[in-house]
Amino acid sequence: MSTQTAPAPLGTPEKQITLPFSKAWEISIKSIKIRLGRSLITASGIMLGIAFFSSVRTVVLFPITQTGAAAEAARSRHSFLAIMALLVCFVGIMNSMLMSVTERFREIGTMKCLGALDQFIVTLFIIEAGIMGLFGSMFGWFLGWLIMVIPHLFGGGARDLNGAFFSGSMVQCVQSIAIGLLITLVACIPTARSAAKMPPAAALRSEI
Amino acid sequence: MAANEYVVRTKGLVKEFRMGEESVRALNGVDLDIKRGEYLSIMGPSGSGKSTLFNAIGGLDKPDSGSVFINDVDMAQLDARELAYLRCHTIGYIFQTFNLLPSMTALENVTLPTVFAGLTTDDGIERGIEVLNLVGLGHRLHHRPAQLSGGQQQRVAIARALANSPSIVLADEPTGNLDLKTGEEIIALLRELNKKEGVTIISATHDYKMVDVSDRVVWIRDGKIAKIEERADIELAVGAIKDETEL
Ligand SMILES: Nc1ncnc2c1ncn2[C@@H]1O[C@H](COP(=O)(O)OP(=O)(O)O)[C@@H](O)[C@H]1O
Ligand SMILES: [Mg+2]
Repeated sequence: MSTQTAPAPLGTPEKQITLPFSKAWEISIKSIKIRLGRSLITASGIMLGIAFFSSVRTVVLFPITQTGAAAEAARSRHSFLAIMALLVCFVGIMNSMLMSVTERFREIGTMKCLGALDQFIVTLFIIEAGIMGLFGSMFGWFLGWLIMVIPHLFGGGARDLNGAFFSGSMVQCVQSIAIGLLITLVACIPTARSAAKMPPAAALRSEI
Repeated sequence: MAANEYVVRTKGLVKEFRMGEESVRALNGVDLDIKRGEYLSIMGPSGSGKSTLFNAIGGLDKPDSGSVFINDVDMAQLDARELAYLRCHTIGYIFQTFNLLPSMTALENVTLPTVFAGLTTDDGIERGIEVLNLVGLGHRLHHRPAQLSGGQQQRVAIARALANSPSIVLADEPTGNLDLKTGEEIIALLRELNKKEGVTIISATHDYKMVDVSDRVVWIRDGKIAKIEERADIELAVGAIKDETEL
């Protein structure tokens, strides 16, 4: 084994290569698995926020019993609730992303010592957040939907669950997942990017 | 050859930390030339600036002024990708706190730098096993850091530092978290790698056991080099220290 790498010729130092996405994927999956408990908590946070959102939205799919001004008021109350749900969801997710990046400053610093580019670190966090965002939103939508549908069913509203209702639900399912993913990524990317930009010495100093 | 005699040179390194009103000069004009293949210890009391110097030499933090040359390349001239290449290929790092990734096994930890170097998975694993054998951990390939003792974790960290065959291994208090006997084993291992593999070892420490094996010892105090001792002086000094500690 030779430990003497030839020194780079003067003036033309070599550059670090960009790694394939599959490598980042592999590392991210490993790190979700080892932190399964914490990953599940983060994903549940996303799930609950989206469940709130989805329940508010599902109600809209049931036939409106009120008329005129009352219907108008109900509609705007629902919009307000949906926006509140998203805000709560955003703050919750932002908090979990900050936590999950901050508690791994040392890991980030270590990877940079081993030759990781900043972009690679950000990619790792995007993959992790993306997976948690995807599953959290999916289950969240379903949970919110169930919470609304089951009481409606027992309340004798079975005939409201027609084809239009189910196709509306599918549209909302896609919407919920898209919104959940978007919120997760918006919360994750700036946090991960600023952590990845830190000089390794600063990242390694953190005592967490 | 003359141009290559020094693997690391620092010129007038200054690093200041500001904490509110007060500012600390952690490095206050450090000029140091480190020879290829030597075992150099940087000794000094806690807070004397050893880690700050370690970070500057390793490209982990930028000095406020002064320069670091690695293989005659000025580190300040490197862009992000060149700096990452340097950290990946030219320098291996060892820390007091080991800094292994907890989610990965010993082998995966050691293989990680080879991934960043662009080796294929098979080549990386082959190399990982080779260096883990070298540090005497060939039988602990698939253990996670939490399942290893402190000394074993530090061996994994040493193997990881060697994975891409760097010309320099930088260590910051590598024995700081280890008991006396384990610390001695780690020092012996570093010395052996230095002798056998010819890798330059630069180790910040306040562990006097390290003095024994060093080719040169740089004593720093308040961010300045107080004195540099050669092997010959050290043999005398070690005697004196041993006398002192026996008192
Ligand atoms: N990031 C930092 N922020 C503020 N002060 C620092 C920082 N790093 C080091 N220092 C200060 O610089 C001095 C030298 O520190 P350091 O290089 O860590 O010493 P050593 O490793 O020899 O114990 C100390 O006074 C320390 O408090
Ligand atoms: Mg220190």
